[in-house]
Amino acid sequence: MIPFDYERADDARSAVATVAGRPGAVFLGAGTNLVDHMKLGVANPDLLVDVSRLPFDVIEPLQGGGVRIGATVRNSDLAAAPVIRQRYPMLAAALLAGASGQLRNVATTAGNLLQRTRCVYFQDVTTPCNKRRPGSGCSAVEGYTRDHAILGASPHCVAVHPSDMAVALTALDAVVQVEGPSGPRSLAISDLYRLPGDQPQRDTVLEHGELITAVDLPELPMAARSSYRKVRDRASYAFALVSVAAAVDVVDGVMRDVRIALGGVAHKPWRASRAEEALRGAPAAEDAFRHAADAELTEARPLRDNAFKIPMARNTMVTVLRGLTWEEGR
Amino acid sequence: MTGLLEPRAIGTSLERLDGRAKVTGTAPYAFEHPVDNGVYLHPVQSSIARGRITAVDATEAEALDGVIAVLTPANAPRLVSGDDRELAVLQSDEVGFRGQFVAAVVAESSEIARQAADMVGVTYDRQPHDTELRADRDDLYAPGVVNPDYPTDTSDGDPDGAFASAAVTIDETYTTPMEHNNPMEPHATVALWAGDALTLYDSTQGPNLVRDGIAGLFGLPADRVRVIAPHVGGGFGSKTLHANVVLAAVAARVVAGRPVKFALTRQQMFSLVGYRTPTIQRIRLGADSDGRLTAITHDVIEQTSRIKEFAEQTAVPTRSMYAAPNRRTTHRLAALDVPVPTWMRGPGECPGMYALESAMDEMALACGLDPVEFRIRNEPDVDPESGLPFSSRNLVACLREGARRFGWERRDPIPAARREDGWLVGTGVAASTFPVIRIPGSAATIRRVHDGRYRVEIAAVDIGTGTWTALTQIAADALDVPVDAVDLQIGDTALPPASVAGGSSGITSWGSAVVDAAREFREKYGPDPEDGDEAGGAMPDNPDTERFAMHAYGAQFAEVRVHADTGEIRVPRLLGVFAAGRIINPRTARSQFVGAMTMGLSMALHEDSVMDPRFGQVANHDFAGYHIATNADIGSIDAIWIEEDDPHVNAMGSKGIGEIGIVGTAAAIANAAHHATGIRIRDLPLTADKYIR
Ligand SMILES: Cc1cc2nc3c(=O)[nH]c(=O)nc-3n(C[C@H](O)[C@H](O)[C@H](O)COP(=O)(O)OP(=O)(O)OC[C@H]3O[C@@H](n4cnc5c(N)ncnc54)[C@H](O)[C@@H]3O)c2cc1C
Ligand code: SF4
Repeated sequence: MIPFDYERADDARSAVATVAGRPGAVFLGAGTNLVDHMKLGVANPDLLVDVSRLPFDVIEPLQGGGVRIGATVRNSDLAAAPVIRQRYPMLAAALLAGASGQLRNVATTAGNLLQRTRCVYFQDVTTPCNKRRPGSGCSAVEGYTRDHAILGASPHCVAVHPSDMAVALTALDAVVQVEGPSGPRSLAISDLYRLPGDQPQRDTVLEHGELITAVDLPELPMAARSSYRKVRDRASYAFALVSVAAAVDVVDGVMRDVRIALGGVAHKPWRASRAEEALRGAPAAEDAFRHAADAELTEARPLRDNAFKIPMARNTMVTVLRGLTWEEGR
Repeated sequence: MTGLLEPRAIGTSLERLDGRAKVTGTAPYAFEHPVDNGVYLHPVQSSIARGRITAVDATEAEALDGVIAVLTPANAPRLVSGDDRELAVLQSDEVGFRGQFVAAVVAESSEIARQAADMVGVTYDRQPHDTELRADRDDLYAPGVVNPDYPTDTSDGDPDGAFASAAVTIDETYTTPMEHNNPMEPHATVALWAGDALTLYDSTQGPNLVRDGIAGLFGLPADRVRVIAPHVGGGFGSKTLHANVVLAAVAARVVAGRPVKFALTRQQMFSLVGYRTPTIQRIRLGADSDGRLTAITHDVIEQTSRIKEFAEQTAVPTRSMYAAPNRRTTHRLAALDVPVPTWMRGPGECPGMYALESAMDEMALACGLDPVEFRIRNEPDVDPESGLPFSSRNLVACLREGARRFGWERRDPIPAARREDGWLVGTGVAASTFPVIRIPGSAATIRRVHDGRYRVEIAAVDIGTGTWTALTQIAADALDVPVDAVDLQIGDTALPPASVAGGSSGITSWGSAVVDAAREFREKYGPDPEDGDEAGGAMPDNPDTERFAMHAYGAQFAEVRVHADTGEIRVPRLLGVFAAGRIINPRTARSQFVGAMTMGLSMALHEDSVMDPRFGQVANHDFAGYHIATNADIGSIDAIWIEEDDPHVNAMGSKGIGEIGIVGTAAAIANAAHHATGIRIRDLPLTADKYIR
């Protein structure tokens, strides 16, 4: 830990200006991830601009349907909000599957989105890591990779994104609202996150000084029939080995529409577009689920310790789809 | 042993005497003892696993405001004895494992100490290291003895011949990973020198052990060192004397007069305070067509550190568990460039019985017998190892009572035949055992104080087990007074000496000393002593230890669910039935049994220190990576015991109960997982990936 300055932001604009004007400055949400990294030496900011008390702690309806989630809404409040529980149950379930009650009570929506990988080498400054120190090498690629990626990885980084919430948001096509030094912009969540490529130090496309102000959920009636299934070694307080967020729209035993995203498999929450493609118009039946899951995983490349994630991801997709369509099948 | 104590307070569920102080946060743990003018220590740990330090550059660290001293191997005060390389802290430039202390910063605040420690530059002459335990290594060796002083190998009859000619055989290898003790309270020490006298507030399982060890290292008479430990937040074997205590004492030397405070971080604990060795265990069982064992062999491969030997007694429980005329046990070690392994709750019994009791389950199936019945059929009349009678052995009673309560008779033995809501369901059983250990060296003093009260003094320690309460109950009965007439004093080497809180030996050793002191006291002063009357006693010899084999036993039953699609494994139900002599306090005893079974579940499903051989360190060295069971992993756990009268073990009739609860749990769960799925996993932990198909 090294000494640092701390400021509480009064408004978004000045927060953005302050951080943008100082290379070593960062935004501080609840600090449940950032402060850990400072203790470990993974992050060494010289200024924390506390944005956790900016007036973004509301969940409000959007014009034309949909819901806007303020960037500082706490994870517990979001999970408990009736509008989320009723219209986007997968999101409530994903939040509640993450961390612990104490952490969710303080963790912010923006902080959750931008939490960093739990790769053990990333968190240990005595081992090489391209994400922490570009060019130093990736310790995981030939090391302990039980928790690492099977999709979209590069030789430079095989880490996975740890957020549960972000998986549900990815399935829901959420849009992230950003305030930057040169004004506001909107990003589809799948465009926010990056694959590692040769720049694993960048988790997202955000530039220094860009502040997340809100996350918008589009109107999506089928999301009322959605769920989130997290497979983990421990019954609580563990990151996902594999997780699946899915919503279905089934009419007369046929999948009219479907949304699927996977967690624990890639550097970003993984939208299962191939599986969705294979399922649209298909019967809501076990064979179709399995076929779709296999289609999604054809490109999967396991590392030394995580070949199990392929059958686990496949089976979990099938289980979730079976559960969501079960009533229909009766 | 004659004349068991008449139980009055003993056997009652007295509430923890330290409970109120603990839940209100007023019980002082090591780091919390108020001291004046304290300074803080943060270590620098080696980033190589083997080699030599060539230079330590402390210039930048020393220049930081608030830094008082940077200790290095070049300037650290000398210790007189350097034989124990784990404890010879900063005494040489050799590095024996990654994470070893290579320097340390003393500063005005813990933050400054930590910041400065990061600034210390250490350069090394790195040598190739070797941290991989494998069965096919060509440098495995037989240690002189295994912990603490058991023979390394034993052989009776003709095990190979009997195995070759047995009607039914199994021959399987089981492995357990490296596991770290991880008590809730991290290791912490406050060290203060005044002249050549040292006071240590230490989070320790053995105040006298620490006192004697530290005095030896500094070449002082033992009475120049005082160790104070009224409350300790768990130890599980890891809180004896390790390099962290030595470093605190060494650092305090250079700031004489100011107390040095040193608490390890959780990450540091993964390289400095011991762990359970990984084990590779081959078990062969042979039986006749009636399911009577004719041959048992148990061959163990495990690791130690190149700088200091610790040889886990993994196969020792197999020596006396079951009747088989032909038996062999062996232990072989690989000496690696790793931290020194140590005791972890149930050393020997815990990993060894996982393997043996898994093999017993496989053998019962191979013999077509119910696993409870199979064990009962192989119950020995006398200790197979020594030929001595058992002072008491109620394994069969535990198995029968457990089977009755668990609903075992309704069990369908066929594996992979039950499914509920997508989960495969199974049940399993395993036996537990733990020896009755007595450690010499404990003494107690009893003094009559005002108001008809008795002060009972002994440097015993309560590591969360309930010593404050149970020893008070023993003293009350020994003096024949109510418990509230007893003022127990423990946790301070200024009191009469006591043995370590280890090997489940505390109550046997300390309780015997207290009873002896009470007898002395009453003999001297009768029932109506004067204030100030005082008598001492010590743990007496027990000739019965030569005439009887003494062990506690238990049976554990588990229900396991494995998700058919995801492989996730959960344990909704555990039952342990124990026969452990007389139970001093049912409330604290239950918490020992249930706590240990929880730890056994954690071992079965989660705990796994993953050695990264490239770096020579545990990759998952924190609580996000090293999983320990959470509340949500625990369904119903029940622990009960059966009445057992054993007049031979000690004056209380008690057997140690701190460790037996973890012995056998993992096997019961693994056996149940096999019953659920038909998949036999022989490598702990039992994680989802191993069941996914
Ligand atoms: C023990 C433990 C277990 C956990 N388990 C899980 C789990 O199972 N599943 C899961 O999903 N998560 C888990 N987490 C992670 C947890 O969800 C995150 O730590 C939390 O959501 C981060 O939110 P925060 O507000 O504390 O962010 P902070 O730590 O304050 O910030 C995180 C990052 O976001 C940036 N940031 C914060 N706010 C903004 C903003 N408005 N605009 C731009 N950048 C911003 C910060 O600069 C920092 O880089 C766990 C965490 C812990 C400590
Ligand atoms: S996987 Fe990524 S985060 Fe992990 S060590 Fe490699 S580069 Fe670093």
